[in-house]
Amino acid sequence: MAINIDAEKCIGCSICVKECPFEAMSMTAGAGGKKLAEVGNGCTECGRCVEACPKGAITRTGTSMKNVDISLYHGVWVYAEQRGGKLMNVAIELLGEGRKLADEIGTELCAVLVGSECDDLVDELFAYGAEKVYYANNPELKNYTTDGYTAAVYRAVLKYKPEIVLYGATHIGRDLAPSVAVKCGTGLTADCTKLDIDPETKGLRQTRPAFGGNLMATIICPNHRPQMSTVRPGVMAKPEKVEGKKGERIDLNIKFKKDEIRQQVLDVVKKVGEMASLTDAKIIVSGGRGIGGPEGFDTIRALANKLGGSIGSSRACVDAGWIDHSFQVGQTGTTVKPDLYVACGISGAIQHLAGMQTSKTIVAINKNENAPIFEVADIGIVGDLFKVIPAIIEELDK
Amino acid sequence: MKIIVTAKQVPDTNEVKIDPVKGTLIREGVPSILNPDDANALEAALQLKDRTPGSTVTVVSMGPNQALVMLHECIAMGADDAVLLSSRAFGGADTCATSTTIAAGIQKLGDYDIIFAGRQAIDGDTAQVAPQMAMRLGLPLVTYVQNIVEINEAEKYVIVERQLEDGHEVVKLPMPCVLTCVKELNTPRYMTVGRILYACENDSLIKIWNEKDVELDPANCGLNASPTKVDKSFTPAPKGKGVMLSGTIQEMSAELVGMLRAKHII
Repeated sequence: MAINIDAEKCIGCSICVKECPFEAMSMTAGAGGKKLAEVGNGCTECGRCVEACPKGAITRTGTSMKNVDISLYHGVWVYAEQRGGKLMNVAIELLGEGRKLADEIGTELCAVLVGSECDDLVDELFAYGAEKVYYANNPELKNYTTDGYTAAVYRAVLKYKPEIVLYGATHIGRDLAPSVAVKCGTGLTADCTKLDIDPETKGLRQTRPAFGGNLMATIICPNHRPQMSTVRPGVMAKPEKVEGKKGERIDLNIKFKKDEIRQQVLDVVKKVGEMASLTDAKIIVSGGRGIGGPEGFDTIRALANKLGGSIGSSRACVDAGWIDHSFQVGQTGTTVKPDLYVACGISGAIQHLAGMQTSKTIVAINKNENAPIFEVADIGIVGDLFKVIPAIIEELDK
Repeated sequence: MKIIVTAKQVPDTNEVKIDPVKGTLIREGVPSILNPDDANALEAALQLKDRTPGSTVTVVSMGPNQALVMLHECIAMGADDAVLLSSRAFGGADTCATSTTIAAGIQKLGDYDIIFAGRQAIDGDTAQVAPQMAMRLGLPLVTYVQNIVEINEAEKYVIVERQLEDGHEVVKLPMPCVLTCVKELNTPRYMTVGRILYACENDSLIKIWNEKDVELDPANCGLNASPTKVDKSFTPAPKGKGVMLSGTIQEMSAELVGMLRAKHII
């Protein structure tokens, strides 16, 4: 692991000397009296000079496994994911969880917001409990790109040094978080379902399922900062919104060099037709292979409508092409935690159970009395769902 | 074009069963397979090779020697050759350290135009290694690729569709680059008998490299280089057994609705 200077590319411009936060860079006389950058002892291998160099003469190799001075890092940050100027629900959920962690440590809760002209969201983040909002506002950040958003979050982390950064495990969060983690030279734990603070070390304990939820692992990141986790949408509880609450807004003033953002978003296409809204649903009625075909969802939908809930699906139905992937509940689909989950014709493969077993009340309807779904069900009915569901609807109408 | 695919051998989690008495995983007898998303990545590479005569597809994996079986399968599907990064020093790696090793292997391979990876592996589901590898190699990245619109070799760019929860976006990026693939991208082809024989008869198609081969300091590999550590692992407490209703369908339905109303759920 090292910061390397390419003597042929270096033009002796001294930009790296000015940019280095640790005053570790200096200019020395190279071959033929040419000015050349030199890395001194204060170097923490933070990579700031690598980014700053206009000639690409500075590179960083390997991973820094040098332990950082963790006492320099303070505060719990939540990445406030927005799309099209609208805050994602998972960001709000993380503010609720972040508040709990910040209180346990005795530190502040902050949000980091990246986008273009989404100033309204700053107040919304205060209302959900953020004490500070770090705001990267730049027209080039209108759409998510790995390069643009990674640079924005990384530079904020480098400057303000949070001890914890939480991201939603969305398609965007799962792209951004690993990219930022590598730039920071720190660890990242994916898809955590439980976060808490070790009372002795004040370190973050990150618990996540493995093997479809049959094994839980608690992961720590003892010697590197920030500690970073992604958390699935729908797992943590939303905090109360306090309208009018204020905090401190810190503008990050992010600027980009030409061609620094290499991804170019040409178009954003919204899916048309029925869309799943699983993570917010209080009641979910799901269908599995036992519904027999795409028309089986008519029966599922009838019960969901009667209960005022949403419909969900097992992976088998999605793989068979009976319903869109967005309806899939489970390990590779959406994790849900509704008040009521009704599993109809779902045998209960571990992938499915991993995505719904923390629901408050689970009802299972299945022809096979030995189906594993009954192991997690609070109330089980053995029977043909096409007879049971109409009977339930009739009962609800009474 | 020089095409690289990263792949992982994983236990088939569909086949993982739970010991009903102890509540622990039964790992014995669980087959090891090519990670499903990686099969889509390989298929994307092979389709590109089919369209672009003179291209080569090299598969890169990290793991124990058992993973050679999976790499043979990749060659039987149509890959030209493969590299297995295998060493005791690589053991215990978290995603951060794994990405360092794979990036070092790819750097040693040298020139390449495009790297395809799977979105995530079914044993860990982290989806972290490929983005971390891209960052280490300094390459532009797009994850969740569900469609490849254009690969322009002459002008060195690609246009892909990136899957989002509520739709997709169309993204253009320069080559070389890293694309992570989802199952909607394609249907992986089968191995052919001819290729299976070819793979079995030509062991030299697969190179095995350790940390010295890829010029990595053991301090930068495996457990030593992993910022995250497993503090403990445990089996979640099983949920108490629920109630099984009995009687006629009408009786059970009435009882269910009564119970849900009593709990104020509906």
